[in-house]
Amino acid sequence: MKNSKDIIDRCQQLYEDLDFTAAREWKAAEPGRKVIGYMPIYVPREILHAGGMLPLGIVGGGDQLEVIHGDAYYQSYICRIPRSTIELGVSGRLDFVDGMLFPSICDVIRNLSGMWKLMFPDVYSRYFDVPQNYADDIGGNYYKAELKELCEGLEDHCGVKITDEALRRSIAIYNENRRLVREVYEFRALEPWKAPASDVYLLIRAGLVLPVEEHSQMMQDWLAAVRHEDRPMRDNCRVVVTGLFCEQPPLNLIKSIELSGCYIVDDDLLLVTRWLLGDVPIDGDPLGNLADAFLHHSESTAAKYEPDLKEKGQHLVRSVEKYGAEGVIFASPSFCDPALLDRPMLQHVLADKNIPYIAFKYAENSGQMQPIREQAGTFADSIKLWSEA
Amino acid sequence: MTEITTSRAERPAKDAVKDESMLKQKAMMAGHYDRLTSATERGEKVCATFVPGNLNELIMCFDFANNLPEVNAIQNGLRKKSGRYVMESEKLGHSEDVCTYVKSDIGMMAMGNLAPNGKPLPSPDVLLLSYTGCFTFMKWFELLREQYQCETIMLHTPYEGDGWVTENMRNYMVKQLKEEVIPKLERVSGVKFDIDRLRENLKRSAVAEDDLVYVLQSAKNKPSPIDAYFGGIYYIGPIFGAFRGTDDAIDYYRTLRAEVQDRLDNGRGPVTPEGDMGEEKYRLVTEGPPNYTSFRDFWKMFYDEGAVVVASSYTKVGGVYDFGFRHDPERPLESLAEYCLGVYTNRSLPQRVDMLVDYVNEYEADGLLINSIKSCNSFSAGQLLIMREVEKRTGKPAAFVESDLVDPRYFSAANIKNRMESYFQMVDQKRAGVKGAAA
Repeated sequence: MKNSKDIIDRCQQLYEDLDFTAAREWKAAEPGRKVIGYMPIYVPREILHAGGMLPLGIVGGGDQLEVIHGDAYYQSYICRIPRSTIELGVSGRLDFVDGMLFPSICDVIRNLSGMWKLMFPDVYSRYFDVPQNYADDIGGNYYKAELKELCEGLEDHCGVKITDEALRRSIAIYNENRRLVREVYEFRALEPWKAPASDVYLLIRAGLVLPVEEHSQMMQDWLAAVRHEDRPMRDNCRVVVTGLFCEQPPLNLIKSIELSGCYIVDDDLLLVTRWLLGDVPIDGDPLGNLADAFLHHSESTAAKYEPDLKEKGQHLVRSVEKYGAEGVIFASPSFCDPALLDRPMLQHVLADKNIPYIAFKYAENSGQMQPIREQAGTFADSIKLWSEA
Repeated sequence: MTEITTSRAERPAKDAVKDESMLKQKAMMAGHYDRLTSATERGEKVCATFVPGNLNELIMCFDFANNLPEVNAIQNGLRKKSGRYVMESEKLGHSEDVCTYVKSDIGMMAMGNLAPNGKPLPSPDVLLLSYTGCFTFMKWFELLREQYQCETIMLHTPYEGDGWVTENMRNYMVKQLKEEVIPKLERVSGVKFDIDRLRENLKRSAVAEDDLVYVLQSAKNKPSPIDAYFGGIYYIGPIFGAFRGTDDAIDYYRTLRAEVQDRLDNGRGPVTPEGDMGEEKYRLVTEGPPNYTSFRDFWKMFYDEGAVVVASSYTKVGGVYDFGFRHDPERPLESLAEYCLGVYTNRSLPQRVDMLVDYVNEYEADGLLINSIKSCNSFSAGQLLIMREVEKRTGKPAAFVESDLVDPRYFSAANIKNRMESYFQMVDQKRAGVKGAAA
């Protein structure tokens, strides 16, 4: 049996590798292979997989990438992920990527789709729009047609064929992957001292650059290993961390939250890996099934319109209740419109339920963790010392 | 944008002579705010919606008064009230990083929700969330919904990511209009939808749109009889606001067109807050919204140097009409869908570059000036690439300044003036270079 440290060490290597060597090697292994990059928060990776392509998650450059060119493309007041993504592009680190998908998350990523078209005209670039209307015959039909258009665009550009049969197989493979991601999250919530949040993050993040089959195996191995390992349980409080769905926090920030006395029992990191909440049916029309899952069984987040006022923010309350969290940490990237505009509404919902919370901002290259530790530590102390429980 | 009521502090020492169109617009705006602030006592219902994707013709079919929060924020910016409102909103927990239109609106509500006429604005009966070309709109109306607890209708406009409108996008929008928007507006208003009434409104829109386009395109002349950015903001007021589809809008644009024609006939340049502009020395295209808290200071930096804006992208944010689109009474819902899909900020970056290149060439401009707005990523994200592309394709110099819509903390007059002066020198050098090469 592999031990969890070896697995996480491998994940860390993947995380630190800004040249995406694993994806390059996958592509080079067979002639004609294609790699399609995608940005947060969600794309139906099943479609790419069904065409024999490797979906490659691009979530910025982190705190190790020196942004030189990227700054020249942006104004002063903007988040960092577009700068570092441009940097990855212009520095040649994505020169093996055949296509890029820019999901509907905010105006910055939306406009980046057009920038990519201008800067990399030979790369297939698509703004991946999703419906904000969730009626089957309105938003559903629109989305199905968008998925079909995406399939056709990939087929044309990449010379692949995406059949219904292949889609069904890929849906089954991704169902399995999502089940394992959920299992990892459940395990962490149950025994967080055995599953440090930074390890879980690295494990899930590896799924952005590895073939899905390999990632599923990796998660199985990790789960098997950690169940047999023991680590000391700390007197930490249990928190949900939210606002991290796009620009990634530095790994040190995740570690700092835990070191300051908070077990992270749920988060909204890397939502693409568990965006669809249950298994997508394999029988019938595969694009219709993906559309139905998106409309009716997908995550709630700031980039999605919530048509029911009473339902606004309830996903956070449910998460707190389900995982026995004692508080919520709002950690949002600076200048992140969706997260920061949503935050007051979510805070009102939590306040109504007497759920304590704190908030701070970060950038993917934030280096100074002391204020975060102090804030999170004070939060943890206040929960431990003063909470009614 | 639009419909400007000037504060005492902003007024020049000597009031400029007002053209008839200016007086008319002022009266229209006063009437609009009087209608809004008396709506409750008169039993009239109120619909709040946004400028891009503003479906005024449809809203009128249900006898709603149309309240546009962006216009209120602009009024508060011009009247130097927005700074306090933004800070009030930040005190209430809104981040310093986010859109100041939103924060000005929320701060205004917290401090009495007073319209420019000093009377309180009514609570909306319905929020028509025309999610067009700006992600923030969605959050803004979720925030207002939390406040007002009223019916909120989402109309999702897909983004023209590939640079064109597909059948799927159009059908999606028409279906939303038919099956969601109209039935809900009927329910809230108690008024049955009459498509012929909508057709009549659209017919009136198209008449006014023709005259607006004439006015905007008059800037192709030398000297330009208009300033298509600072002046243009006044010109788009009625058609981007609560007047599109009304007889008032037709009258206003007819009057404005005649005035512009008169200026053209007499070889006169644009009117500025200090009277007619002198010699036209520089012809510019601008990209991005203006700053409203120092609107006149910003404008003065242009006209003091003899710079006139001959075309601007901002005056297309509530509808792009100068490439042929008109509201079409024969295809009412499709036409509304295409209007929403085509507004400037719903267009892809390559489309925006194409438009700006076209403006620089068609209007024989000396270059492009970008005002990057801190609040508005819909406009601002990618503008430096737009700048490079326009420079590359036109061979004309471009400049980049930064400010904000209605947050005075982000307007640094000295910095902007410095950059503007350097830019005009660049234009001069470019011209000298061209002349030198020709000699």
